[in-house]
Amino acid sequence: MNDEALSTIFINACLINNFVLAYFLGICPFLGISNRIETAARMGAATSFVLVVSSLCAYGVHHLLEAIGAPFLQLTAYIAVIASTVQLVEMFIKKVSPALFRALGIFLPLITTNCAVLALALFQTNRGYGLVQCLVFALGAGAGFTLALVLMAGLRERLELAELPGILRGTALALVIAGLLSITFMGFAGLSG
Amino acid sequence: MTAPVAPPPASPTSAWSMYRALVGTGAVCGLLIVTAYQITLPRIERNKAEALERAILQVLPGAATSRTFAWVDGQRFEPLAGPARGLPVVHAGFDAAGALVGVAIEGVGMGYQDSIRLLFGYAPATEKVIGLQVLESKETPGLGDKILVDPNFLANFAQLDVAMAPSGDALANPVRAVKHGEKREEWEVDGITGATISSRAGADIVTKSATVWLPRIRADLAAFSAGGDR
Amino acid sequence: MNEAAERDAPSPTDEFVKGLWRENPVFVTVLGMCPTLAVSNTARNALAMGLATTFVLALSGAAISAVRRFVPPQVRIATYIVIIASFVTAVEYAIQALSLDLHKALGAFIALIVVNCQILGRAEAFASKNGVVVSMLDGLGTGAGFTLALACLGTVREILGSGTLFGVELFGAGFQPWVLLVLPSGGFFTLAAWLILFNYFKTRPARRAEPEAAR
Repeated sequence: MNDEALSTIFINACLINNFVLAYFLGICPFLGISNRIETAARMGAATSFVLVVSSLCAYGVHHLLEAIGAPFLQLTAYIAVIASTVQLVEMFIKKVSPALFRALGIFLPLITTNCAVLALALFQTNRGYGLVQCLVFALGAGAGFTLALVLMAGLRERLELAELPGILRGTALALVIAGLLSITFMGFAGLSG
Repeated sequence: MTAPVAPPPASPTSAWSMYRALVGTGAVCGLLIVTAYQITLPRIERNKAEALERAILQVLPGAATSRTFAWVDGQRFEPLAGPARGLPVVHAGFDAAGALVGVAIEGVGMGYQDSIRLLFGYAPATEKVIGLQVLESKETPGLGDKILVDPNFLANFAQLDVAMAPSGDALANPVRAVKHGEKREEWEVDGITGATISSRAGADIVTKSATVWLPRIRADLAAFSAGGDR
Repeated sequence: MNEAAERDAPSPTDEFVKGLWRENPVFVTVLGMCPTLAVSNTARNALAMGLATTFVLALSGAAISAVRRFVPPQVRIATYIVIIASFVTAVEYAIQALSLDLHKALGAFIALIVVNCQILGRAEAFASKNGVVVSMLDGLGTGAGFTLALACLGTVREILGSGTLFGVELFGAGFQPWVLLVLPSGGFFTLAAWLILFNYFKTRPARRAEPEAAR
């Protein structure tokens, strides 16, 4: 049973060990989708939602598997849960807010292959978090992911107007920016004491 | 150029074919996973046991054999034969003559990057920590991961004072990490420059774990004498 | 370009080789990067991760190709994911049995192979439409390209960032390693550097053909 404080978990997941900039999770959407701040914010929000729901489901699945003594099914069960969660979230958003559904478009199904979601489930299992700790961890990870995405989008929007050599354009530039952002976030080390 | 031929109308996918595909795949894959698990399990258990044994003998200098004890019913230690199965355990080390050298205790806590798992040896006779080994860590390579190998840091734990407070349920002086070179007391740990958080985490984990286990060990010390057979 | 591709159907060797350069998963399509950056701080980890991924790519490619006629389109993604997840689980246990050390170093990222966009992408684009042997070769080729890219990253990061290669000290005690490279930011920068280099060589023929009048 892990006895980390909730605030520590949140700050850790959001800033100090940011899922994108420190753990390299969720890079595909980070590099591919972060061209407009608004889009990035929406993607971040959708991913946060999926993170929270799948975190809670993964917690339940893990204890169920432990009870029936089948730890080897963990990975398959987690990925199945995540895929179903994304499907459910998609249907839910479609019903509740068709406008939001149209705005998000192709992004929603892509969240299934977002390493961050599966990694969250695996990390919380490895660290032995309790239910509330899992929830806070997911919220922190989602907040950090959204933050990284929005920052990246803002920077890239500005850079679109800049003069850059041809070979640097595109992904290479995004990676350099990501590296600089990562260094910046290292400054948060020690925030949780 | 001939007009494109319309493809033949696709037959509607029956629910049966979908179930068949999913269940069939699931069954075969399940078989694969279980087979892999069963084949590798003995080897993995053996690897883990060997690694643990090596760590125990390293944190209890002078020990030749070790034995695992489980804390049962919240009141006494009993020798454990098989796997731990969720019971809290410690490992006692005995020298060649069968006398107790000390008890190896595990501790877990958050470091800078991820959790740190360590093992430290406690000698009840002198009330000191006599050795420490970091089992698992994902600290920053080149900086935080020095806690794994830095000889000066590890030497801190060769004779670390962990005497109990008179009340018997806490350490008289919690183990504390201080800036490198400022160690004055026997319960302080010289931190590694550039790895403050990892060093502090190491000290905190020892304190936390000791606060839990030392009272228990002192309460049932008789369990460990004579090689573990009461 | 299209007629040429239609004229010569790719031979099995072609399928393997294309994964190394022309369609290198990391440098060209820039997908499947989460594990790439996270475990490439030493050459040994990078190589192990690359080999594990190649293993999964090849075997799942073959397996998916073998069942492609029995899987209706509606459930294909679910089936592919289950197949891939099983192979990844098997690989994880294999690594754990071979070397506990390696398993601890790679950590949760072995399991993350399952969401490597590359694997699902190859399954969808290739294995579901081609024969078993060719699909396996395609998987091996993509995996080889992936391993190559990871090895490039890991080697540079380890040599410059820790002064070692596969744990062997290369420089003397006076060497000040560029620690930044083994930190996450270093991963981003090193990959960017390789990408720029790769782009440079890729666009060289086009730039050479450009007349001076473009200036």
